[in-house]
Amino acid sequence: MNPTPLVALVGNPNAGKSALFNALTGARQKVGNYPGVTVERKSGRMALADGRPVEMLDLPGTYSLEPSSPDEAVTHDVLLGRQTGERLPSALLIVVDATNLDNHLRFALQLIALGLPSVVALNMIDMAERDGLKIDADKLAAELGVPVIPTVAVRKKGIDELKAAIGMIASAGAVVTVSDPAPHQDIVELQRRARAIAVAATTEENFKRRLTHRADAVALHPLIGPVLLATIMFVMFQAVFAWSAVPADMIDAGIGELQGLVAGAMPAGFIRSLITEGLLAGVGAVVVFLPQILILFLFILLLEASGYMVRAAFIMDHLMARVGLSGRAFIPLLSSFACAIPGIMATRTIDDPKDRLTTILIAPLMTCSARLPVYAVVIGAFIPARDVGPGIGLQGLVLFSLYIAGVAGAMVVAYVLRRSITKGPPPGFMMEMPRYQMPILRDVLLGLWQRAMIFLKRAGTIIAFTTVILWLLVSYPKPPADYPLPSIDYSVAGRIANAIEPVFRPIGFNRDMALALIPAMAAREVAVSALATVYAIDAGDEAVQEKSLIERLQGRWSLPTALAFLAWFVFAPQCISTIAVVRRETNSWKWTSFMLAYLFALAYLAAGATYWAAIALGL
Amino acid sequence: MKLSATTTLDKLPIRTGGDIVGIDWAILSEKDARRLRELGVDEGVTVEKLHKGPFGIDPIACRIGRMTIALRTAQAAAIAVGPSKNT
Repeated sequence: MNPTPLVALVGNPNAGKSALFNALTGARQKVGNYPGVTVERKSGRMALADGRPVEMLDLPGTYSLEPSSPDEAVTHDVLLGRQTGERLPSALLIVVDATNLDNHLRFALQLIALGLPSVVALNMIDMAERDGLKIDADKLAAELGVPVIPTVAVRKKGIDELKAAIGMIASAGAVVTVSDPAPHQDIVELQRRARAIAVAATTEENFKRRLTHRADAVALHPLIGPVLLATIMFVMFQAVFAWSAVPADMIDAGIGELQGLVAGAMPAGFIRSLITEGLLAGVGAVVVFLPQILILFLFILLLEASGYMVRAAFIMDHLMARVGLSGRAFIPLLSSFACAIPGIMATRTIDDPKDRLTTILIAPLMTCSARLPVYAVVIGAFIPARDVGPGIGLQGLVLFSLYIAGVAGAMVVAYVLRRSITKGPPPGFMMEMPRYQMPILRDVLLGLWQRAMIFLKRAGTIIAFTTVILWLLVSYPKPPADYPLPSIDYSVAGRIANAIEPVFRPIGFNRDMALALIPAMAAREVAVSALATVYAIDAGDEAVQEKSLIERLQGRWSLPTALAFLAWFVFAPQCISTIAVVRRETNSWKWTSFMLAYLFALAYLAAGATYWAAIALGL
Repeated sequence: MKLSATTTLDKLPIRTGGDIVGIDWAILSEKDARRLRELGVDEGVTVEKLHKGPFGIDPIACRIGRMTIALRTAQAAAIAVGPSKNT
């Protein structure tokens, strides 16, 4: 039997590759990793008109076949059949931006020269028309020697024609060989040929990119630009709180109901407690934050899809340069607000090794969405929900300042590192600024869906597992009947926490907090479920459904303690998965341990300083 | 605005355009030189300076051919710009 033909989607960054990939494969996508490297492998299945299945592979966007970053190296190796764990594609779908033909055709020429059966998608043809360009696809096909199909990926135009063209060239099992591109192929020579072809195929030219120019006049304005960026960031963090209240309450109520159902259906005992107090209380405490995490990701996806992210990098470049980084580092750092792992992986686009290392080391200081549950619970418990100005809630403001504290900390750390251990010449800043685009609802929803699945998978596996283990450690052994202290002090976890509590006492942490910090290493949001578990056990069986974690915290923690806990999590050493990614990306235990040590020290100092300052202020 | 004499891209006033008349590859690092080539910087290509960074002189945004790219003045200084031939 012949294997399914593998068709690789390849093209310049900003050619609309991902939108085309989504239009071709729909939601039938698989996101994985190449063995040994952290470059994402995105593939999906597509059915041709005659029903034959084809596997589509979305390769990282690159400007040429000469790789300069690890991302580009994967594209290069796959196309030459040298990537471990990947077969040589049986055909190429080359995506070019119709509005930027002279540039994108150069890479297309390089790709066609490889000798694999190819078809060119002349994407964003509608935009080219709007920009005043008329392109003759047949003429272009004649010049290039491969079929050229005009497409509008975002509106699914030309998709059927594209599928038909792929069906013509992608025959399974066909023996193909690639010819290695001549080493140091003259880029300038190719570029000139590409330009000549583009000129020949363009029948009408009256180029003007009005909308993008008008938008940039605002977004990159020396005064309005930074204000706009700050406003977007502020609205984003306000929205995380304001929009999530209703769905979060609904999830919370649902979990309460589930606990009630289980409690009603089962006899009291070990299994019932394990399910209601351990599993449901712990996992529920985390799942409640799904709406907030999705809102945050929604903003990041929109900023990326609209093309604004690069403008943000442009505005931030000078400030980043002051601490020895480049504006390019802003994008991985902003992604780190969602999760440090994709953020650290995104540093692969930074070519300067020292710039990249510094960015990796400070990425965990960006408040990731896993810390949001911790912040949200503590803020919800201790910061009154009132407005301090029109539309500005105090809770949102505190959350915003926690994010700012992380950013400020990161800048100071970068400044110090770039002048000491990661010293080097200042990195450059050179980036293409793509046109603005209306984000496509379907693509954004697909992105959100993938993020939600990753989060729920974590909640269902690592978080569920650690909460259950913790629940066991907190519940057993049971104290004798005449034990004078709360039962938790008799348990294994209580004893461990009591042993390490003296270390944390100077910074205002109590025993329960010390207890929550240990499993929080597995995943930060576990701190919340750990506290939920501890207090659920403390409260006993009947009270489980009556009091929320927020209400319990209010009675047990002082305000300085709560603030110190927040400060701890601004800097707290990250979860195990982040440590693993840092190890893999830096390829060094030395840098990984260095990062752990400095984050621990900062967290301890920040929590201590906050606690004592709050005490001194009489809070 | 149209340019009247040859200058370098870093010194070009905002909203002024011309043609690239020469590139001093020697003052660029190998990496920067390659990136610039990949972004379509070449003799004869039209260029227009569009924006400056908000907190100082760096970075700048230029239209090169049909692409808008951001770069710093240190690299822009290698690109010589002369009056446009198409007028």
